[in-house]
Formats: sequence, C-alpha cells, structure tokens
Amino acid sequence: MSTPVNAATDGFFAPLHFPEYRTTIKRNPTNDLIMVPERLGEISGPVFGDRDLGGIDNDMTQANGGEAIGQRIFVHGRVLGWDGKPVPHTLVEAWQANAAGRYRHKNDSWPAPLDPHFNGVARTMTDENGHYNFLTVMPGMYPWGNHHNAWRPAHIHFSLYGRQFTERLVTQMYFPGDPMFFQDPIYNSVPAGARERMIAVFDYDETRPNYAVGYKFDIVLRGKNATPFE
Amino acid sequence: MIDTHKTGEFRYEVSDIRDQDEAEFGITPSQTVGPYVHIGLTLEDSEVIATEGDTVEVTFSVIDGNGDPVADAMIEIWQTRPDGTYNTDEVEGFRGLGRGMADETGTVTFTTLRPGATEEEAAHLKVGVFARGMLERLYTRLYFPENDNSSDPVLELVDAARRDLLIAEPVDGGYRKTIVMQHADPEKETPFFRV
Repeated sequence: MSTPVNAATDGFFAPLHFPEYRTTIKRNPTNDLIMVPERLGEISGPVFGDRDLGGIDNDMTQANGGEAIGQRIFVHGRVLGWDGKPVPHTLVEAWQANAAGRYRHKNDSWPAPLDPHFNGVARTMTDENGHYNFLTVMPGMYPWGNHHNAWRPAHIHFSLYGRQFTERLVTQMYFPGDPMFFQDPIYNSVPAGARERMIAVFDYDETRPNYAVGYKFDIVLRGKNATPFE
Repeated sequence: MIDTHKTGEFRYEVSDIRDQDEAEFGITPSQTVGPYVHIGLTLEDSEVIATEGDTVEVTFSVIDGNGDPVADAMIEIWQTRPDGTYNTDEVEGFRGLGRGMADETGTVTFTTLRPGATEEEAAHLKVGVFARGMLERLYTRLYFPENDNSSDPVLELVDAARRDLLIAEPVDGGYRKTIVMQHADPEKETPFFRV
C-alpha cells in the first residue's frame, strides 16, 4: 500500500502510517492532515489542575502495604517549552510495566508475574523551575505480537498537557544501551537523530546512595508549528 | 529498516547516539499511548467537563479502517465555556478539558455544556484521539447543527464533501458522532487537522 505523506511534524517525528508497526495501518487516515493556522483555542486552553489529579503520587515503589520488587530508579528531569524555557506547575503522568515486564492490566496476559506491591502509575507536577521527579523500579522488557519474536525495549510512558492544546504530548522514555532497540518499530518509527531524544541519561549525580539509580529525562513540548530555534 | 529477516523479524540500524544529551536538542517525539493506557490515564469523572448548568451528553464512537470499534481509544475534549471564553483559570463546576476511555464498542460519553462561539470561530469541541497503533494524537473538531457554521475559518479549510462529518448529530439529551479513523472512500473519512 502507498503511505500517505501526513506526518504531523515532518522530519522529526513518526509518520502516522508506519506499516512495520502493524496496528498503524488501519488506525490512521488516508487523507492528508489539514493544516490549520494557529488560533485562540490552539494556543490557550484549560488544563487538568491539582484538583483533578486524583492525588499526587510520585512513588511507584510502595503499594498495597509493601515494597515493589526490582531495581529502584529515581527518574527526574525538566519539562521545557519549544523555546527551551521551563514549564512550571504542569501535570506529568507516567505508567509502566513491572520489573518482570508485566502490566497490571486485564488485557496483559503474557505469563510473567504480577507484583502485588507494584501498580505502575505515578502523577506529579513540575515545580516552579519545571522540574519533576518520581521513584519507581526498572521496567522489564516484554514480548508483543507485532512480528516474530517482537519485544518492546524497557520504557516508561509519559503524558503531558503543557500550557496549550498544541503542547499536548504522549511519549515513551527509553533507557540507554537497551539491546532491543534494533528490532522495535515503535521506537524506530521516529527518524534517526530525533529518536535518541527519547532515551534517558544515566545520572550518577542523582543516584541516591544506598537507595536508587538515577536517570535524567528532559521533555521538550512542541509549540507553534513545531519549528523551534529558528 | 535495513532488512526483514525471513522469520519476519525487523532489523533497524542503531545509532551511536547513546542518550538525549548526545542527541541534537529538540522537541520530544510523540509515541503511542499503547494498549495499557488505562493504567496511567484513567481518572474518575474525567469525562465530566461540567457539573452545573444546562449540561448535555456528547457521545463519540471510534471506528478503524475495517469498520471495527477501537475499544482501546482515549478521547479528549477541549472547549470554551458557553460564553466563548476558555477557562485558563479554573472555574468551579466547569473544567473545559475532558478525557474518556472508550468501552468495548469504541464509545465514550462526555457530560458538558454547549461551547460558545468566539469572535473568529463557530462553537465547536476540539477532539483529540489517542490509541494503540497511533504514533501521534489525531485532532478533529465537532460543530453543532443548530449553529451557523458557514463562516468558520477552520471548517472552510475542509473540502465541502467532508464538512458534514464534523457536524454533530442531535440525539436525546445531547449529540453523537462517529469518528472514522480511516475509510476506503476518502470522502467518508473524518477530517483530521494538523497544528
């Protein structure tokens, strides 16, 4: 089949249709996207605020009265606008598989163990300088049905609203040196040179003595037509 | 992709760039919400945008290019208040942003107030669709049949044959719309926008 030229952000991000990731084939339009000039509703808008959070919880390592199994990691970073300036007081939501690569979800049925003390969800806000952090355990890799012997690299899902409609971002954070990158179409749907922006930095300075390994993950939100620094 | 192994395995070149500090600084790419989005993004009553006033129910159903329901879709609504202003500052009883998880029929129902027109634009809901198999959010709009939408500058960008696909269908207690992610007939596919 032909692949429509309808990337939301040509050159830096994944095309809508990436046939090697099979589910994209029937879940995206064949018509090109319609370019709209930036208007009020795209550049302002409501956000989920503190009162909508369902509570801040930036520690995934404690649940149901016990400690999660796995390598404890401390994930921190900044949320930045397309202009490189910090985005203060914005919601950061994260979710992930447990140390064995299993999600606490009714549709995840591969035979890796669930951890009674790991739910795999965190919600936090950036501070006045755009910093966020949470504590979790290293997520495991897991197999999926996309192709023969397909495995997802270890990753943590992130969801951010930013300050306006155009800044809305859902992405995944990966880990440096993951041996499964070479065969993962989701990671590789993003053009080379940009995909590495999704890989966190091992951070010895933020590694907590006798407690948790540090990783830094900065997130840069898109803005006006996603053409920064020009 | 460099090649495909005979077993169907993929092989991609892995760069020497180890992490984001070694990569060129820039906007973080989007990735799919995946099939387990419910773990991270389910919030109680997040599909209730308004709790006071003359509320209506707006129901969306999402279908894919096979006509099958997208049971793991997530839909978000961004909208004005009835007076046409956005509540960048929170107002009690109205949030302006809704988020809902589809059921097994690909359906999400929001409770909200009818949005108002702005100086430039007809009243509409901004609709974001996320799902497994989508590497980017898809953005569409929903306009209302009782309004004069003829001079809306965004609707004007849509070819005439597809404009009706952005107009809500009235039902008891509110409105409904089917979002067609893909269709063999391009004129029956929901228009999606790029911002």
